[in-house]
Amino acid sequence: MSGFARHRRSKKIIATFSGLEADLLRSLAAQLVELLRNEAAVPRDDRDPFEAMMDFSGPTSEPEDPVLARLFPTAYPDDEEASSEFRRFTEGTLRDGKAKAAITIIDSLEEAGLPPELTEEGLMIDVELDQPTAETWMRSFTDLRLALATRLEVEEGDEAYWDWLPDDDPRSQVHDIYTWVGYLQESLVDALSSR
Amino acid sequence: MGDVSAASPVEVEPTSTPDEITVLAVPWVTIVWNDPVNLMSYVTYVFQKYFGYDKKKAEKLMLEVHQDGKSVVSSGSREEMERDVQAMHEYGLWATLDKQA
Repeated sequence: MSGFARHRRSKKIIATFSGLEADLLRSLAAQLVELLRNEAAVPRDDRDPFEAMMDFSGPTSEPEDPVLARLFPTAYPDDEEASSEFRRFTEGTLRDGKAKAAITIIDSLEEAGLPPELTEEGLMIDVELDQPTAETWMRSFTDLRLALATRLEVEEGDEAYWDWLPDDDPRSQVHDIYTWVGYLQESLVDALSSR
Repeated sequence: MGDVSAASPVEVEPTSTPDEITVLAVPWVTIVWNDPVNLMSYVTYVFQKYFGYDKKKAEKLMLEVHQDGKSVVSSGSREEMERDVQAMHEYGLWATLDKQA
């Protein structure tokens, strides 16, 4: 498949996905939204109970889930208090932003004709995105890849390991998906960078 | 608005200690760290888009991240750097802030 390109005349960012590919992207995006919404964002409760009740902002400690810990890294590595404060004021907004971006992918695919359930064989989905929507897709692809890579425990320079792993190993299949989304993102960056 | 009279030069006695002056003057920096996931092209794009750097500068910073493991991508007040770090996290980059060395 060819990935994303900028349409010469309309200047829109276009791509064609098979029904299976579109369904897969939707599934990945939906799983990310689920993860972002489900881990209870619980503020550290070693404060005065009244103060805790009055606090409408967010979590102060690093998320337990490694994917979320990577999506919301510690900003002050040597200052736990400053990090907690930073997290308290920013994580909620970051979480919402990433969920919205993933939902944008789902919406774009469904607007392009992806049905709620994929039953038709040979269905092709033509996606046409304006610049801001394409940039949102691009950002969300990073979140999806970070999620997949964290689950797979991808490391710098580990290509030989993934090449060696047998094709029927489920981890190998997930890694192929991870590589595919990387290819899509690369083509999207290229398309967005072109005039 | 009240009457504005011409101000005469006033001798200002330094009341801050040298340490306080140093702390006020030391800017903060945003550091982006290498990670095995992010595409070089994407990182370059983000540096251009968010910071407004030209392609050459964005690529230079990206290569520093890639080869040296990290790079200082901006400097300024603590508040400004917190905004930059938050933005980097929005883009999925791994960033921290610190007092400039």
